[in-house]
Amino acid sequence: MIEINNLSKTFKTADDTIEALKNVSLSIEDGDIFGIIGMSGAGKSTLVRCINMLERPSEGSVIMDGVDLGKLSDKELRAARREITMIFQGFNLLMQRNCLKNVCFPLELAGMSKPAARARALELLDTVGLKGKENAYPAQLSGGQQQRVAIARALATSPKVLLCDEATSALDPTTTNSILELIRDINEKLGITVIIITHQMSVVESICRHVAILDSGEVAEVGEVGEVFSHPKTPAAKKLVFPEGGSEAIAACEGQYFIRVVFNGAETTGKPLIASMAQQEGLVANIFYASTRSIGEKVYGSMLLSFESRDAAQKACVFLKDNDGVLAEEVNRQ
Amino acid sequence: MISGLFDPEKLAEAWEIIKSQFLLATWETLYVTLLATFFACVIGLPLGVLLVVGEKGGVLPLPKWIMQVLNVIINLLRSVPFLILMILVIPLTRAIIGTSIGTTASIVPLVISAFPFIARLAESSLREVSPNTIEMAQSMGASPFQIITKVLIPESVPSLISNLTIAVTTILGYTAMSGIIGGGGLGKIAINYGYYRYKYAVMFFAVVLLIVLVQIFQSLGTKIAVKSDKRLKNK
Repeated sequence: MIEINNLSKTFKTADDTIEALKNVSLSIEDGDIFGIIGMSGAGKSTLVRCINMLERPSEGSVIMDGVDLGKLSDKELRAARREITMIFQGFNLLMQRNCLKNVCFPLELAGMSKPAARARALELLDTVGLKGKENAYPAQLSGGQQQRVAIARALATSPKVLLCDEATSALDPTTTNSILELIRDINEKLGITVIIITHQMSVVESICRHVAILDSGEVAEVGEVGEVFSHPKTPAAKKLVFPEGGSEAIAACEGQYFIRVVFNGAETTGKPLIASMAQQEGLVANIFYASTRSIGEKVYGSMLLSFESRDAAQKACVFLKDNDGVLAEEVNRQ
Repeated sequence: MISGLFDPEKLAEAWEIIKSQFLLATWETLYVTLLATFFACVIGLPLGVLLVVGEKGGVLPLPKWIMQVLNVIINLLRSVPFLILMILVIPLTRAIIGTSIGTTASIVPLVISAFPFIARLAESSLREVSPNTIEMAQSMGASPFQIITKVLIPESVPSLISNLTIAVTTILGYTAMSGIIGGGGLGKIAINYGYYRYKYAVMFFAVVLLIVLVQIFQSLGTKIAVKSDKRLKNK
């Protein structure tokens, strides 16, 4: 369990002090997949770097399994970092080492013998689906494959926590989903707690169980993903749920009832879902916002629909939820 | 000068000198260049590492005054022209080698002039390693020493080789200059025969050989640097 207590971080420049984080408190359960979402500059990257003390918090503490990470000596902290590993947006592989030796890197740092490290690395490359690529250099791999190497490397020291700093932001949608699936897999099979930093709503929707919305260095909302996104209370949360146009536009739609439909790998490419809802159930929806894409046979993304009555909105939820991989929930806009 | 270059009689005379002198001179040039480069690297490379890791926000921040002293020394030595430096360090050369004249003696001023240059070249190579890569190593629990030996240096090897090649060719040029204070090699022949005794054909040949040596070092260095770089896909 990770507890972040009243964490603040200020950066002092020559003529300015920037408060990157203000009084952030979160607690993350073991085995959870916890998303931290926010716009650029909300302090997400600073927060994740405070968790493994790459950035020293100005105030507050990070406590992992009862140990205050801020109070550890340099040497103890280096040992602790083997338990909280990290993957990055830019993969950050060692470009002059092949895949196998990249995965061996943290084991070398920990002082493991070469043959043992090699065996462990081969096993991990297999886990992430890169069997046979051990002698390839990072430059010879695609972005998705490079991130897989980085994941294998992060798992090498058998960590308890995996920090993902915008790990899929440099990848295309197909690759993003395959990496997210791999992360979900790791979470389920190895029981590793995963903390995901992202600005992409779709990432949080597709794998996170809990989410914290970070807005100008403060936690705006925190809770279960479905709960937070269906009852957004703060402007920051509303901005994420009702993108492009935001809450101003929605406020104008007095008397409308909204539902939010999330497609998470739904096999509905061939089905005219909204049209059949209108025909079969007589539920006429106004598509307020939609951002979906089909990858192969599956659909990812989300939609915001509005209805004339609450009753219609509820019926629509029931109808839509009947499809595999589709989540539908009423959205409370107050 | 040019007209006399191809006079058959002078060419024949030059050829005799070339045959009797050049093998030894080329050997001396190579020996001085490689030894001077070696010692300059022994001093310069660690200093280059210190310049990168020791700065504020570096992997192993050192006290500010140490960094300032280091920078001042390097800049100072780099701003003294080699010709002057050769004369200035004569007492030091005498103390180390026992004499200030001769081929081996010329190694001392060469090393003193080359190590700050190599330190700066190494500094610029090591700075090419992305801060993100260093952050990655820190996030995996690497100590400052491990970052230097397992990340900074191995990741910049191709660049270090390229820069080392620049250093070798520059030092080769300086060895020719050391002919003036009695250092051996191709430079001495060019000055002694070509300049002092007006045998321009000999000077011309010495210069051609220097050019050939520089070419060999440069293409060899580039080849090794490219071959060692795993970032290049199509090899």
